[in-house]
Amino acid sequence: MTIPVAMTVNGKPVSGKVEARTLLVQFLREHLGMTGTHVGCDTSQCGACVVHVDGKSVKSCTILAVQAEGAKVTTIEGLAESAEKLHPMQEAFRENHALQCGFCTPGMVMSAIDMVKRHNYQLDEATVRRELEGNLCRCTGYHNIVKAILAAAPAMKSAGV
Amino acid sequence: MYDFHYHRPKTLADAVNLLKGKDEARPMSGGMTLIPTLKQRLAKPSDVVDLGGIKDLAGIKVEGNNVVIGGMTRHADVASSADVKSAIPALAHLAGHIGDPAVRNRGTIGGSVANNDPAADYPAAVLALGATITTNTGKHAADSFFKGLFETALSDGELITSISFPKAEKAAYMKFPNPASRYAMVGVFVAKTAAGVRVAVTGAGPSVFRVKAMEDALAKNFSSAAIKDIKIPADGLNSDIHASAEYRAHLVNVMARRAVDAATK
Repeated sequence: MTIPVAMTVNGKPVSGKVEARTLLVQFLREHLGMTGTHVGCDTSQCGACVVHVDGKSVKSCTILAVQAEGAKVTTIEGLAESAEKLHPMQEAFRENHALQCGFCTPGMVMSAIDMVKRHNYQLDEATVRRELEGNLCRCTGYHNIVKAILAAAPAMKSAGV
Repeated sequence: MYDFHYHRPKTLADAVNLLKGKDEARPMSGGMTLIPTLKQRLAKPSDVVDLGGIKDLAGIKVEGNNVVIGGMTRHADVASSADVKSAIPALAHLAGHIGDPAVRNRGTIGGSVANNDPAADYPAAVLALGATITTNTGKHAADSFFKGLFETALSDGELITSISFPKAEKAAYMKFPNPASRYAMVGVFVAKTAAGVRVAVTGAGPSVFRVKAMEDALAKNFSSAAIKDIKIPADGLNSDIHASAEYRAHLVNVMARRAVDAATK
């Protein structure tokens, strides 16, 4: 049985027909071809699939596409203004070498942006480390990810994003 | 995941009707347990009734001596609520340590309590504070609500609309989380309310339970020293790859003392 679904993804209206069991991440990757959002563990642990649904970080492998009906979804593809001008969080990840293989990076960046906003752009290292509990990275040992998030918080504030 | 029929009713009455008409229908609140369960094909509902479209099920109110939390209220909203932080800070602390930030943005108090996972956090608060669970058909006292492994007093088609927590004079929740899942290997909620002292343990047994010996000792002397020598028998406690029953029994005493210390700070 297919169900029509419509939502806004990165500012653009999108629609499609999905099965009830289609996950939001499957809709993004397989129906819309937006493969920036990754599936790591598929068991709600690793956070590689984090996107924003109505401004809040959500594991897109643990929400049905039909549950996002009418929602505003932001993915990693929707952050940069252009190929030249990255989002401050993406820029900070690049500057601080906060990735190695890059598989966890989309989810890290999306969780990090939500974290900075929830803490009103003011974070310390202990808070960043605790708040990253839902995102796993198997390469970096987290040090540079933490540095990048701490660097991005004031950059996001001054950029007004 | 097996496919199913999906429903998103706008009212509680519609949700109840949808659940009543079908043999294998399941309600879904935040979906943080149900969706992983479906993905592993551990459940095969014919119909999933999504409660996310029913607006008036979420929200937090202070009514006299009680904090009343709507069934669809997300963990993140309980954790950040000024009302909860001021009335029962231990409850806000508990909500802020469930899962991870993305899970807390979706998971709900009603879903957690109705599911009664042996390692869920909320059942410990509900039992220790002596909360009252309100459903579409009536009210349940915490003491008669949690029946066993994933079992509660809820009937088919009965949905949690709100949970009312009495304010505590002293309360704290301490858990030893599984480092991967963040579920409680052992979590202990200690509360001193107008009704007395209660100690509720989650993660250790098949379902949340109270420790009478600790409650009696704390009623006389509310200090961690008073319960230092109270041992919990390992018989019947959970044993898995993460921790043996003996280890969990030991953790109950450690977490209980930490909770009492936190509550008396």
